Amino acid sequence: MKNLVKEFTKGIIKENPTFILVLGLCPTLAVSVSVANGIGMGIAATFVLLGSSAIVALVRDFIPDKIRIPCYIVIIATFVTIAELCMKAYSPVLDRALGIYVPLIVVNCIVLGRAEAFACKNSMARSFFDGLGMGLGFTLALILISGIREFLGSGQILGHALIKGFEPIFVFGMPSGALLVIGLLLGFFNLLKNRKA
Amino acid sequence: MKNNLIVSGSPHIRKEGSVPRIMWTVAASLIPAEIAGVVIFGLDALWVTLAAIIAAVLSEWAFGIFTKRKITVLDGSAVITGILLAFNLPSGVPLWLPVVGAVFSIFIGKQVFGGLGQNIFNPALVGRVFLMASWPKYMTTFPRPFSYDAVTSATPLAILKEGKILEHISYLDLFLGKRGGCIGEVCILALLIGAAVLLIRGYITWHIPVTYIFTTAVFTYIFGAGQFFHGDWLFHILSGGLILGAFFMATDYVATPLTAKGQIIFGVGCGLLTAVIRLWGGYPEGASYAILMMNAATPFIDRYTKNRIYGSK
Repeated sequence: MKNLVKEFTKGIIKENPTFILVLGLCPTLAVSVSVANGIGMGIAATFVLLGSSAIVALVRDFIPDKIRIPCYIVIIATFVTIAELCMKAYSPVLDRALGIYVPLIVVNCIVLGRAEAFACKNSMARSFFDGLGMGLGFTLALILISGIREFLGSGQILGHALIKGFEPIFVFGMPSGALLVIGLLLGFFNLLKNRKA
Repeated sequence: MKNNLIVSGSPHIRKEGSVPRIMWTVAASLIPAEIAGVVIFGLDALWVTLAAIIAAVLSEWAFGIFTKRKITVLDGSAVITGILLAFNLPSGVPLWLPVVGAVFSIFIGKQVFGGLGQNIFNPALVGRVFLMASWPKYMTTFPRPFSYDAVTSATPLAILKEGKILEHISYLDLFLGKRGGCIGEVCILALLIGAAVLLIRGYITWHIPVTYIFTTAVFTYIFGAGQFFHGDWLFHILSGGLILGAFFMATDYVATPLTAKGQIIFGVGCGLLTAVIRLWGGYPEGASYAILMMNAATPFIDRYTKNRIYGSK
């Protein structure tokens, strides 16, 4: 039980997929314009991670070593299709906002990375909690980045204006703003890591 | 007898020139253009410049304190960044704009790379482009020269870009700065006085400015009008930020090539990009983007234009 808790919590800070493992930056850069998009993307990716990690761990003894990556992709793609169709059905606005980045979760390096680095060597329960923790860490990172970008870029958080008379810094709503915010946050987390070490 | 034979490593020729000395001279050479800006646009121009300088110096100092590094305020580079940033702003902007721009220039444009000597882009231009992308409304509202109030006018280049016919503006007006534009870019005469000081002192060489301006002129002469070889090249030299950029920003020591050959490539590249942006790009003026793009190319230029080491093949 203690092991499972550890597998769950490590993804949130100690091995945060975005800031420490530096995986999955492509969707992070692209969808972090607003907090709503960030949360939607995070939930979709978490669902895929959970499902694919658990299933990959379950069938890990049956998959021949040489074709393991195609097998993982098939499993991952199944869950991505489920997530995409659900999103289209229940939240078409979010689906339009995220666009191509939902189907692209198939090649998200966090998902494939966890399947290859963790789920194929560990039990189903541990893989499940690992996927949950990683997904949560990814979601939190997305919320942090998109929160900063939405506030600076449009003066709002989740569509609510915070400070009266604040003149939005448009550049943070653009791709260059995503690179700036992620770069500075990576530097900040490295600073914290080095302080601790 | 005292031994007068001193054995030491290079450099053997010692001069009084030092980084602070050069930086403060450059800052002084910008004073004529600042005076011209204040004469043309009123005291607003002075406040904008002071705000940018103070913010740049304070952020340089704060970064030194925060990171416990050597405090490099006195080398004058932060002052130059502040002045050059203000020179790239219209005089009518609210005063927080130069402050935000200067803080961004120093932190993101310079200090995160490791400070003076490490920055890959010209810090003042980084600040300008940041402001341009963030608050285009303020950055493209230019006060009318000699009106000293809220009357605005477009820059000659912007009028040209919109396809309107330019009301008659003489080359002398452009040369003396009687046009809408940023604080430091309008008065060509004042800029040339400052540039002459730097050239005579040997702090900058002719390679980048001359090739830069010449390339822009040739390119706009060929392609600037409906038919080939009818472009108004003199207008293109005298308008926009070309002179300011060519003499004061494309000659930044840190972010430009080291050798003469490299500097000529750099100047030609800047000239081509400026002309292309002006004639076919989305913005009316492209000097700042051209210089930044060539800054990014500088490491490659340096790699392929290394001087032959004496004695080697």
